[in-house]
Amino acid sequence: MTLLTGSPVAADAPPTRVNALAAELEDLASRPWTLMEVCGGQTHAIVRWGLDQLLPSGMRLIHGPGCPVCVTPAATVDAALALARRPEVILASYGDMLRVPGSDPVGGADLLGLRATGGDVRLLTSPLEALSLARRHPDRLVVFLAVGFETTAPATAVALLQARRQGIENLRVLASHVRVVPAMEAVLSEPDCAIDGFLAAGHVAAVMGLGELQALAERHRLPVVVTGFQPEELMQGVVTCVRLLEEGGCGVRNAYGAVVRPDGNPQARSAMEAVFEPVSAPWRGLGTITGGALALREDYRRFDAFPLLDPPGPTAAAPEDNPCISGRILQGRALPSDCPAFGGRCRPEHPLGAPMVSSEGACAAYHRYRGAGIPARCG
Amino acid sequence: MSECIRLAHGGGGQLMRQLIAEEFRPLHGGGSPLHDAATIEPPGGRLAFTTDGYVVQPLEFPGGDIGRLAVTGTANDLAMAGARPLHLSVAMVLEEGLPLAQLRRIVASMAAAARECGVVIRTGDTKVVERGKGDGLFITTSGVGQVEASRPIGPGSIRPGDRLVVSGDLGRHGLAILAIRHGLELEPPVASDCAPLWPAVERLLQAGVHPHLLRDLTRGGLAAVLQELAEDSGCPFRIEEGALPLHPAVERVCDLLGLDPLQLANEGRFLLVVAPDQLEAAMAVLGPEGGVCIGEVGRPAEAGPVPDVVLRTPYGTQRCLPPVSGELLPRIC
Repeated sequence: MTLLTGSPVAADAPPTRVNALAAELEDLASRPWTLMEVCGGQTHAIVRWGLDQLLPSGMRLIHGPGCPVCVTPAATVDAALALARRPEVILASYGDMLRVPGSDPVGGADLLGLRATGGDVRLLTSPLEALSLARRHPDRLVVFLAVGFETTAPATAVALLQARRQGIENLRVLASHVRVVPAMEAVLSEPDCAIDGFLAAGHVAAVMGLGELQALAERHRLPVVVTGFQPEELMQGVVTCVRLLEEGGCGVRNAYGAVVRPDGNPQARSAMEAVFEPVSAPWRGLGTITGGALALREDYRRFDAFPLLDPPGPTAAAPEDNPCISGRILQGRALPSDCPAFGGRCRPEHPLGAPMVSSEGACAAYHRYRGAGIPARCG
Repeated sequence: MSECIRLAHGGGGQLMRQLIAEEFRPLHGGGSPLHDAATIEPPGGRLAFTTDGYVVQPLEFPGGDIGRLAVTGTANDLAMAGARPLHLSVAMVLEEGLPLAQLRRIVASMAAAARECGVVIRTGDTKVVERGKGDGLFITTSGVGQVEASRPIGPGSIRPGDRLVVSGDLGRHGLAILAIRHGLELEPPVASDCAPLWPAVERLLQAGVHPHLLRDLTRGGLAAVLQELAEDSGCPFRIEEGALPLHPAVERVCDLLGLDPLQLANEGRFLLVVAPDQLEAAMAVLGPEGGVCIGEVGRPAEAGPVPDVVLRTPYGTQRCLPPVSGELLPRIC
């Protein structure tokens, strides 16, 4: 790689625990294993800290489908845009979602753009804020675009439980919650899948516990290691996973014990299960995933915003006439830098696909931290 | 006097005269503020002249307010040109309905900040806009200072091998504002770093340090400044990530929200670019908490693509400095 000239300012830092784990990995790995980190937060941290530059030669970390913004169907974004155009609607969502373009790549419409032209679009950090917005504006209709994995679904559920209890009539959700284990299952079912093991998302496991992951690991006879998001936690996860592989073992290991309990968070799960039920649904770039989404149960359908649309339900997204290869990236079959549009037509300020929008998206991570001149690996 | 601003306060009549005479009295630093223009004695030598508009929500926040920002911000812009801040003008756009009690607090804060910065507010202007047409209060300040640096300060003076020094911990102002806007209850609260920069610059100049560049790290934070300077100077910048000074709370909250502390605004911090043989003197002047060497200026690459700014992580790996993309949006989970 091209190195900058000039002497470094600080003397070489003493080896950190991360470097010690990298050295351990070098001794441990007898062949070039391929691991998938499932969660976008893990991808972000790996690229941010350059952990892939510390891996033994040939070993690969590939990026999984666990970015909630990236997998939200364009049709759902289109639905949010359509509702946000109505004068009676306050459209609220998480920050990342406000920049995701709808299905019209030419128009480049997103919720922030709509706000600039007069739409009432609010950035929230919790669904409970949507509930309080609805209380403060009884003459308006508050629509919350609710996305995310099992990490955010319980919070949406709690907001709806409270809304029902308090008789709030002017709150609706465009629910696009997704489930992570069915997505891992879908990735594994691809005929040319080369994944030897998973680094599973610590935040999801903190809610769901280890049961579903255990069943997946046993079905596919591979190791699944739950990790956190700090460099040391991620490297510890990689070492644990490779050790299991070298020993020929499979099953689940919890390398994030300080946060993840084997049974997860039963209260969060129970709220989620009271409000949502698993359904099969399309993921952006990945097609329909069996059991891959959460839909409102019958008792909570009065909060569903999709029937407000004309025609009701998510509209069929227009064909996406752009070169974005987000589907292959989300399946770990291509790196962001493999995309012909990466860094050219597709940039964070003008994203062609969701992985370039979200702070957890693989393309955004590569664009932010790699740029030109820093390859994925040194040496 | 009514308890909030009314349109009539901007009408040029008795109410406006009363507002200026009574409420803006703490700002009357010299000359006659009621005259169309202030007269000032030319101090001799070269002058620095700058102007800046201030729009911030909320108007008051931990560690400061829009008035303190408007005074220190313009004084700091002068300091970054190696100039001692001397005179300020203040234009205020008040929104109908702004509580007078709040205006009084902000005016008092401006007066205190002017004393801290050593500047005198010489002249000003007041306008009132209808409710809904403003954001409570907008302030524009212009300033004049006397250049005391003996050598040019600017991107053209940057040389390969120069050292990069920041004058304190990073990102506190941006996080303080973001926390209030998003209702994040930080315990203890993170206060803005809003402060005058001239005293530190004056000490540097008096110690014989010749800054190649001074830049306050406001909007876009350190990231925007490094990116811009690397492009302008044509030299790559090399940063040791482990050396960057961050308040533990800033680091934790940014990690939680997926924000980059290097992109958060500061209102009391600057970047100093200085020749390597002057690094020691500069650090001695700024002291252990006020001067942190974070990296150096590299040589322009002879071949191959080189990122403008490269950060070496504590693990010996490398990454780019992320481009600053405008609005900071917290991530989902």
